[in-house]
Amino acid sequence: MHDVLRTRVNDFAVKLANVNGTGSASANGLLMQAIFRMGIPVCGKNLFPSNIQGLPTWYEIRVNKEGYSARALDYDLMVAMNSQTYDRDIKEVRPGGYLLYDSSWPLDPDLHREDITFLGVPLAELCNQNFDDPRVRILMKNIAYAGAMVATLDIDMDVVNALLEEKFAGKKALADSNRKALLLGYQYAKDHFECPLPFRLEKMDANKDKILIDGNTATALGAIYAGCTVAAWYPITPATSVMDGFKGFCEQYRKDPETGKNNYLIIQAEDELAAIGMVLGASWNGARAFTSTAGPGLSLMNELLGFGYYAEIPAVVVDVQRVGPSTGMPTRTQQSDVMMAAYASHGDTRHILLFPANPNECFHFAVKAFDLAERFQTPVILMSDLDIGMNDWVVPRLTWDDSYKPDRGRVLNAEDLEKKIGKFQRYNQEDENFVAARTLPGVSQKGAYFTRGSGHNKFGGYTEIPDEYQEVMDRLKKKHAAAAKFIPEPEYVPREGAKFGVIAMGGCDPAVREALDQLDRQGTPADYLRIRGFPFGEVVERFLAKHDFYFVVEQSRDAQLRSLLILETAVPKEKLRSVLVYGGFPLSSRHVVQGILSQI
Amino acid sequence: MPSIAKPIATHPTLQRNALGLTIRDYEGSMSTLCAGCGHDSITAAIIRALWELDTQPHMVAKLSGIGCSSKTPTYFLSGAHGFNSAHGRMPAIVTGAGAADRDLLYIGVSGDGDSLSIGLGQMCHAIRRNIRMAYILENNGVYGLTKGQFSASSDIGSKSKRGEPNRMAPIDPVRLALSLGATFIARSFSGDKEQLVPILKAAFTHRGFALVDVVSPCVTFNDHEGSTKSYKHTRKNTLRATQADWVPPQSEILAQISKSGTTSVAMHDGSVVHFSTVPKDYDPTDRRKVAAYLDDQPANAVVTGLLYIDPNAPDMHELGQSSPTPLRDLAYEKLCPGSAELERMQEEFR
Repeated sequence: MHDVLRTRVNDFAVKLANVNGTGSASANGLLMQAIFRMGIPVCGKNLFPSNIQGLPTWYEIRVNKEGYSARALDYDLMVAMNSQTYDRDIKEVRPGGYLLYDSSWPLDPDLHREDITFLGVPLAELCNQNFDDPRVRILMKNIAYAGAMVATLDIDMDVVNALLEEKFAGKKALADSNRKALLLGYQYAKDHFECPLPFRLEKMDANKDKILIDGNTATALGAIYAGCTVAAWYPITPATSVMDGFKGFCEQYRKDPETGKNNYLIIQAEDELAAIGMVLGASWNGARAFTSTAGPGLSLMNELLGFGYYAEIPAVVVDVQRVGPSTGMPTRTQQSDVMMAAYASHGDTRHILLFPANPNECFHFAVKAFDLAERFQTPVILMSDLDIGMNDWVVPRLTWDDSYKPDRGRVLNAEDLEKKIGKFQRYNQEDENFVAARTLPGVSQKGAYFTRGSGHNKFGGYTEIPDEYQEVMDRLKKKHAAAAKFIPEPEYVPREGAKFGVIAMGGCDPAVREALDQLDRQGTPADYLRIRGFPFGEVVERFLAKHDFYFVVEQSRDAQLRSLLILETAVPKEKLRSVLVYGGFPLSSRHVVQGILSQI
Repeated sequence: MPSIAKPIATHPTLQRNALGLTIRDYEGSMSTLCAGCGHDSITAAIIRALWELDTQPHMVAKLSGIGCSSKTPTYFLSGAHGFNSAHGRMPAIVTGAGAADRDLLYIGVSGDGDSLSIGLGQMCHAIRRNIRMAYILENNGVYGLTKGQFSASSDIGSKSKRGEPNRMAPIDPVRLALSLGATFIARSFSGDKEQLVPILKAAFTHRGFALVDVVSPCVTFNDHEGSTKSYKHTRKNTLRATQADWVPPQSEILAQISKSGTTSVAMHDGSVVHFSTVPKDYDPTDRRKVAAYLDDQPANAVVTGLLYIDPNAPDMHELGQSSPTPLRDLAYEKLCPGSAELERMQEEFR
């Protein structure tokens, strides 16, 4: 029988179908935040169109007391607020589930399903009766359905009221109309339905040390804590909110109390060609600088990423990946920039990549990216994605060690140069990590050298001599390999009796973890390795030598992480099988379980 | 660009500037350009201007893109950091470098291919941001390193070495800069050191984007009969709109047009640029009049001089209200909000 008929506490999924640009996002966010404040593990996924107003948009809320936070594909409750998509939304409700719709207008009888319960709330009618302004009527419809959900799911009304109060502090009229709309929906549901539904919420205490934050905001905060002062960017979805966040934090933390001036400069560039150029220029000149972009921007940055690699200039690039190729689907998620990022630019190039799996790691890896870029004097690309970057995640609170000192790498100051005998040679006398010391302009004539993307020898001079050219190129390869010891180690989760391994990176993590638990319960235990950076290190090699076969779970058609593993480790390619989910929505454990079981 | 070091021996009678440096101290390695290349004359003018300005070599950053012109930063001021970037990307690199350290003198050297084709967008936006830099456009109307293709500054009817006429209208960097709101616009000729050196000195002193378009004949691919960027053609058709004279810092001199037709413009550091204008009533501080003057000249005229100047427009840092201390020099302690603040601010994420 349908298990939805049994009472379930803190374990269900709701999907809200809306029209974008109508104000639904704030109502949905309110619900998500209220559940979070009730101390219950929750995740929210915004599945939105590349459009400002009028197209279908969905928001999914999954509540799970065990803490599983990947998408659930079985919806216990569908809040169907978009008549354009009624058809498919109704089909997605699990048997025995519920559908809440605006009953101001009759539902097409053809759409009826016997196996689900329809909850009609005359939202438009209620709002038309209670509000005058047409725009307000539309906006308040969202808060009214939120009110109905407060009743049907047993959301704590005090928590919701407190949230509204915080949100509309000092805006009494808005606060009043929101509260009124909330009560309209709430009361209607209480009067007409059996509340709560068989699946409902109950307070827990799981979120005491958690925050609710999106990856782009966390990345921006990381750049602040890293001491970044120059940022250059070109607006692009889904990376724009990285720079919005950075600007907001700069206004908060970087206005100098003594001078009243800005201890930062953000430049909105004319394109991504220029944005990366500005970052390289600033880093060359000794500032911590970064840019944020997505696939199309990274494509344009290839040219100067190769320059940064060859001339050995630090740069931090945040790539919030979206669906490609070409314009692709700007508001959908994917992990399909991996190969391009790893080898960006013509010629023999290879870059350091970091793969955060959630906003907490976005914060810490952003700081790490600056340290690595300066220590290795090379571009570092932080490979986030739309799911991590733009969705609110419940993650452990961010912590900061005040003893942190930025790793500025090998930079000779005036004193060092004064002591130096003979001429400064830019690419000579490398350290154990194959990094040579650099100098900054404006410090000393003795440190002057010529930075160039053309062939150069270890002294920094122009060359077309094969041996001299190769000597530098060979060191660069060794330098990249040496970085493996400095990137975050993979996360290794072994399991008793594992017969094979599973490998993933980034935002696949929650779905893979849940899937591995399910597989274990079904008698198919597997070891798990979550890769957190490139170049790969010892741990990856060891893991790949352990089993006869592995599944690489990732979000690209061409299995880009698998390709990179085949190219950059000793693993024979037939040992690596793929589970690929690349349609643009974040994956669920079902994709992973089915993908694995169908291949063993 | 293989670099050939110059011998460092200097003649004891060589004149020294206020820093005690001779002009040799402002040189770079030997040029590998063709003998007679206009670019080498520009390099010599840059060296002279910097020496005369008593510039500390290490307080200069010299940057370029790709092309013959972009090779030249190796030929001057070996005591300064150099940056030979990618084709057309020098303006972005300077923008970033300038963002990090507002105190250096940035000299960008580019050519007509680098600036008016592949890097047109970047040049325009550097103008728009009023980046503090001298942007020297060594303009020869031809792609030299790839052997003789027309560039975007080739004039209609100008003939290639093979006799083929160019049919497309040129992009004139001076008119372009004027329309984009550039705050310092000059044109000169590589063969006219007397005019070029003071213009460069004013450009190096300007607090904002200073465009110096220098017609610089390519002796190998664009110095023949029928070319409009040849020595002969340029000498014949040069029309001096102004003769600028740069005067070291003095006090209390404001921009004014004197009755004799001489204009004096006070630069930000207190130095003064005097214009002896050849045409009567030429006012280099009035953008509309400058545009009208250029419109009135014959099509083949190469109008030279410091054509327009606005010494007081805010530069990128003033527009961005950024710190007077170079951003790269700010102490980390000033930049990191610390653990207690992180703890506190996360209440907003609950």
